[in-house]
Amino acid sequence: MLVATASQTIGPYWHLIEDVTWADLTRFGAKGNRIVLTGTVTDGAGTPVTDAAIEIWQTSPAASDIFPAFGRCRTDGTGSFRFTTLKPGPGNAPQAPHVAISIFARGLLKALMTRLYFQDEPLNETDPVLSMIEDAARRRTLIAQKVSAAAWHLDIRLQGENETVFMDI
Amino acid sequence: MPTETAPFRPIEAGSQPANDTPSYGSTHLRHPTRLALRIPQTVTETTGPRFTPARFSSTPDLSMTNGKQALGERIIVRGRVADEDNRPVPHTMIEIWQANAAGRYDHPDDRHDAPVDPHFRGGGRVFSDADGWYQFVTIKPGAYPWHNHRNAWRPNHIHYSLFGTGFGQRIITQMYFPGDPLLALDPIYHSVPGQAARERLIAAFDIDITAPDWALGYRFDFILRGRNATPTEQG
Ligand SMILES: [Fe+2]
Repeated sequence: MLVATASQTIGPYWHLIEDVTWADLTRFGAKGNRIVLTGTVTDGAGTPVTDAAIEIWQTSPAASDIFPAFGRCRTDGTGSFRFTTLKPGPGNAPQAPHVAISIFARGLLKALMTRLYFQDEPLNETDPVLSMIEDAARRRTLIAQKVSAAAWHLDIRLQGENETVFMDI
Repeated sequence: MPTETAPFRPIEAGSQPANDTPSYGSTHLRHPTRLALRIPQTVTETTGPRFTPARFSSTPDLSMTNGKQALGERIIVRGRVADEDNRPVPHTMIEIWQANAAGRYDHPDDRHDAPVDPHFRGGGRVFSDADGWYQFVTIKPGAYPWHNHRNAWRPNHIHYSLFGTGFGQRIITQMYFPGDPLLALDPIYHSVPGQAARERLIAAFDIDITAPDWALGYRFDFILRGRNATPTEQG
């Protein structure tokens, strides 16, 4: 058996492959429940992480010719990212609607994997991944808060107090 | 063809770096301190995005811009993308970025006092073919200083990003060059604990890939995580 290639940091210059349109998952014309997902990434000192690549992947709605179900966005000078996508539905029950997140940055030798869930989804109570996290405060690090009719916000803390729950898969 | 949803196998011990790697200063405030939560792989982890050259154009020659040749040593990089069972990963996208021959990125945050090259942008992408093989032409990147420690220099390297067939296979890595004296001093290269895993990040000079009177050739293979034989139960 072969062994998978080792990961190395994305470094500070990954923007050479950036296409800023990738932050809009509806750019090819997908129609549906269009939402905005925002967040801010901070480090162990509370300082914004301004050079990260944030990637999202969702299996609901399913990927199609007009919906890539995948997006990438840089964090800006304030550590913030912003995606436009379609809201995941309950199609993967018993899993609650969620979006997978990968964080790549200078200083991260491999991706940090986490998930974004949505405030006020009944399935959050029985979601098999959320249910693995006993501490309610830790669980909340994965729940995006609704900030307007069609926008949710999730802060991601790489280290320290209120550190986001990251996952090994 | 049905979508493959078997879970990925666990990571081989010693084959991957830890984010808590003190010799690499930028990790200090960025590595999580809590143990990662090991979750069962669901369809979210076992499937992933697909990219096609029809929509994401391929750029197999980074050494030319607008018909003008970049400065530096032209090279050909060729290799195969396969999984841990040596099954080829066909038609998968490989993103590439790198410094120019002088060790300078065409990036606003790169302040290294070395010239940018108007004919070298340093970013592109290619796709593996039906048998997992990929190839591109570029310029050998130069070494560059960074501020990790006194007199710190990154060895010559090319950055890569691959998606494979599932989000759990996603990998970003760097390819190094054989015989580089800076490898012995580089904390990023040495973040990979196992020597064999580390050395697989070094491309091999290959006379058969080398094109006579034109460019040296290097071989570099990617291995993505393999899948278990049994599918996941969970949707
Ligand atoms: Fe680099």
